[in-house]
Amino acid sequence: MELLNQVTQFVISGLATGAIYALIGLSFAIIFNSTGIINFAQGEFVMLGGVLTIFSLNVLHLPLVAAIVVAVAVTTIIGLVFERLAIRPLKNATPLALIIITIGASILIRGLVMLLWGKDTQALPAFSGTDPISIAGATLLPQHLWIFGVTILVIVGCRLFFNHTISGKAMRACSFNRRAANLVGISVGRMVLFSFVISAAVGSLAGVIIAPLTMTAYDVGVMLGLKGFCAAIMGGMGSGLGTVLGGLILGTLESLGAGLISSGYKDAIAFFILLLILFIRPQGLFKKGETERV
Amino acid sequence: MRKMFAVVGITMLLLCSASAAFAAAPIKIGGLFAVTGPASFLGEPEKNTLELLVKETNARGGINGSKIELFIYDTGGDATKAVQLASKLIKNDKISAIVGPSTTGESMAVIPIAEKEQIPLISCAAGIKITDPVKKWVFKTPANDHVAAEKILIQAEKLKQKNIALITVSDSFGSSGREQLKQMATKRGFKIVADEVYSPKDTDMTPQLTKIKAAKPDAIICWGTNPGPAIITRNLQQLGMKTQVYQSHGVASKKYIELATAQAAEGIMLPAGKLAVFDLLKPSDPQAKLLKDYNTDYKKSYGVEASTFGGYAYDGFQLIAAAIKKGAVTPAQIRDGIEKNGRMVGVSGIFKMSPTDHNGLDLGAFEMVRIVKGDWVIVK
Repeated sequence: MELLNQVTQFVISGLATGAIYALIGLSFAIIFNSTGIINFAQGEFVMLGGVLTIFSLNVLHLPLVAAIVVAVAVTTIIGLVFERLAIRPLKNATPLALIIITIGASILIRGLVMLLWGKDTQALPAFSGTDPISIAGATLLPQHLWIFGVTILVIVGCRLFFNHTISGKAMRACSFNRRAANLVGISVGRMVLFSFVISAAVGSLAGVIIAPLTMTAYDVGVMLGLKGFCAAIMGGMGSGLGTVLGGLILGTLESLGAGLISSGYKDAIAFFILLLILFIRPQGLFKKGETERV
Repeated sequence: MRKMFAVVGITMLLLCSASAAFAAAPIKIGGLFAVTGPASFLGEPEKNTLELLVKETNARGGINGSKIELFIYDTGGDATKAVQLASKLIKNDKISAIVGPSTTGESMAVIPIAEKEQIPLISCAAGIKITDPVKKWVFKTPANDHVAAEKILIQAEKLKQKNIALITVSDSFGSSGREQLKQMATKRGFKIVADEVYSPKDTDMTPQLTKIKAAKPDAIICWGTNPGPAIITRNLQQLGMKTQVYQSHGVASKKYIELATAQAAEGIMLPAGKLAVFDLLKPSDPQAKLLKDYNTDYKKSYGVEASTFGGYAYDGFQLIAAAIKKGAVTPAQIRDGIEKNGRMVGVSGIFKMSPTDHNGLDLGAFEMVRIVKGDWVIVK
């Protein structure tokens, strides 16, 4: 019984952490889906969401909802400016060059935030109290429900957007074949810009809802970004649901590993899984192998 | 004509340098701090404190008529950089003593240079390895981790807690604390029923705590620096665990209570440097006035409360200043002066340096405090 209760707690904690990874993973997948590049500044968008909310709340004295809106809006604009200044001007850059640019941008953003807001860790108040909720002998916080809720909303939203709107379909077309998309009259540049805007918005939203739990500082983006990247890789970088499942599995395995094997190996477990998947199933856990048509 | 200008010029130059030689030559002191990077919470207040002290000292006319010239470099918390900057301080800037580095790793890396070049090094890092075994040219101002660990275990003994659980961060601060705690706990007859770790950037520690919960300890000792311990405190509340928790001196600041929330932190005990609780000390406490003055000055200059970490640099400078006041000029004289300094009231405690103890602090450096309604209360 004791062990069962423990395992339930591990799984619930793992799912809660996994939902965060999933949300960040999704924002990776959105940019990859339309540009084929991996944006390593994604973790920084997550950090900006949290840091800017706290700034609007404590310094500008906005109410919580307004603070969140401001934070997401400002991060989205930063995403837009980033694409305009760093990605767009390079006409024929290889994806590798673009990826390296995103790494540079992430260091720049982190440095600027450190200079502007200092190095202290800050916490956001929980949205709806901190009274734990018990489920089958395990506990979780109301904030975890917010994370689950927002993750579900974002997944549904992405699915609708990418499968049922013209812009969404156009963005997917760009990821399959840029040139062909261009030939049928899709403005590839605009779609790339779109993807950065959406991904910055989703990333910052993730940053906002996790800030009451994990707290935030200028350097939280690195690890969260890497874990989100792991989730996206597990989901094969593409399919929305795959990434979410990837995140949840990653979170649960980490938590079970820390609880049942040894807490010293928590991060090692995550990255071991990442390597394993890259070796064995580079197309992701839930994706069928792609067939090249000649 | 041109020749005459040259002659006049040279004469004037000579005169100038001669008159400069009449005033006592400035004493050069170096500072090596992790002002940026992950250990910046240490390096920044240390740098600020040292700059403040030197400014104040020079405004008063220096020590025995010699002004202090300060050279501070940012190591970014990187041991390799710390080594390069240390040799720059010694070879280019020709300093007579170094305050810093901020972390144990950097200090260990810089020690061989200080020893070889025979420059006194006053480390601001807490690791016990720095001054144990004693090295001729190396001192340190923070109390050893094991002093804080001992303080916690003594308190646990008083409360008759037998079975203890450890949760420590997997960086150098945490692993050093973990080793000390394990060693001393077994010696004092405690039983360690759980020994968990977490990494500095972890965002959820409920798995580790669930495991600890199952081991049913009488007390949990957590060893880390923010934000980890604050997250753990919140996780404990989430899991509804009522076990007595001890935190380390690494979180002895109001920031910890703020991050953990006063409600979740209620009843937690920790050994705090006296600076954190200076307004609760008896007026008869020898450190009370010094701590109050330091805090007031720091707040006036930088707009924030002084931190224990800044205190490490404060004590480092005071040790050097005391030696210079007694007539020390060369690095060797400064070293001897520090060692023979005798009793000195500092921020971190009351120092009694000796040839066998280059730290000079004892259990009195910490005050056991309990968190009650978001504030510190000294445990009697």
